[in-house]
Amino acid sequence: MSDLPKARIATASLAGCFGCHMALLDIDERLIELMKLVEFDRSPLTDIKRFTRRCDIGIIEGGCCNEENVHVLQDFRRNCDILVGIGQCAIMGGLPAMRNAIMHSDEPLRECLEEAYIKGPFTQNKTQIIPNDPALPLLLDKVYPCSEVVEIDYQIPGCAPTGDVIYEALAGLLSGRFQGFEREHIRFD
Amino acid sequence: MSGFSFQIDGVEVTAKPGQTIMEAADEVGIYIPRLCDHEGLRHQGGCRVCTVKAGGRSVAACTQPAAPDLVVENETPHINKLRRDLVGMLFNEGNHLCPICEASGNCELQAMAYRLGMTEPTKFPYLEPCRPVDASHPDIALDNNRCISCGRCVRASQDVDGKGIFGYVGRGIHRHIAANGPDLRHTDAEVTDFAISAEVCPVGCIIRKREGFARPIGERDYDDHLIGYDIEKKRDE
Repeated sequence: MSDLPKARIATASLAGCFGCHMALLDIDERLIELMKLVEFDRSPLTDIKRFTRRCDIGIIEGGCCNEENVHVLQDFRRNCDILVGIGQCAIMGGLPAMRNAIMHSDEPLRECLEEAYIKGPFTQNKTQIIPNDPALPLLLDKVYPCSEVVEIDYQIPGCAPTGDVIYEALAGLLSGRFQGFEREHIRFD
Repeated sequence: MSGFSFQIDGVEVTAKPGQTIMEAADEVGIYIPRLCDHEGLRHQGGCRVCTVKAGGRSVAACTQPAAPDLVVENETPHINKLRRDLVGMLFNEGNHLCPICEASGNCELQAMAYRLGMTEPTKFPYLEPCRPVDASHPDIALDNNRCISCGRCVRASQDVDGKGIFGYVGRGIHRHIAANGPDLRHTDAEVTDFAISAEVCPVGCIIRKREGFARPIGERDYDDHLIGYDIEKKRDE
């Protein structure tokens, strides 16, 4: 093993389903090789909540649906040399973005919340109040892809991305020779 | 007049008089990317994804006639970048959320993005249109938010079905495809029409009801092969 300092990686899941984090495991046994080259900083995988120092690569799953997502994303941009969006939610909003326009309403956010907490046929909410505790992060008017909030350097497509594309991207970025994906490996679903 | 020859990316191609660059290329197994063009429909030259450099000029390969000794550039990094930007803008214009779309895997727009390697962060905001869905017809639904205005359904309905169910309305950015009636139920549309068939709509705009996910994701047209594979394999034969 080389004595080179390990690349420091931070990850976060914003408005996503955590599926892209789970998809990291699809790298299978190649994960063992990768783990020799990296160490984790802030990440739900380590349960470290704040950056302990500057990181080489930040990996973001999910888009921005509330103000906390925006703060986390901006924090990642400030503390990471390379910022990578992983999965369709980070790339273009993904499933959470269904609340933007697909609700076919002039006030899609209100309609979405009313459907979820008041009007939905299976809703059991005796108070008829939409949750508004000050501890809850304020929802944004719509769900934004990460690249609309901060500059994103690379994107790993897929829902969730396959082990192959994740490996291609991470191995390429760690060696400094990432040239994009084999086009046969690109999937948006 | 008999056939003549011209060049595509340095390959000598024989064409018959009156053939377009794309028709001649298809015959010899050279794939030129396209979205608005479809076999069996008249050429439109609308989407410009088939743009090639012919004699140094940018032209639509689906409408430009081949000419003797013409030098055509097709698969160059420059042209593919232009095509990638065009396809990217179509993604920005509509609601193309692949993970929730029934057409995912069969979608030519998505497959074109794969082929052109569209993975860069978008430069523009998504417009996220909010057009009403027309599910009035008992067998067919239209989600115009996914429409890329290729006009294939317009030509298929007019020329093949002889019905003229679809047409363009509006101008500029407001131009879109509309049904010839207050909604699709009040037209002659039938699920057996060529215009409604799976091969005509390149995206997930025209939806045949009660068919969804009959073929699972992972076993669809472009899950195993790049778009254009069927044409390119002719070259190896």
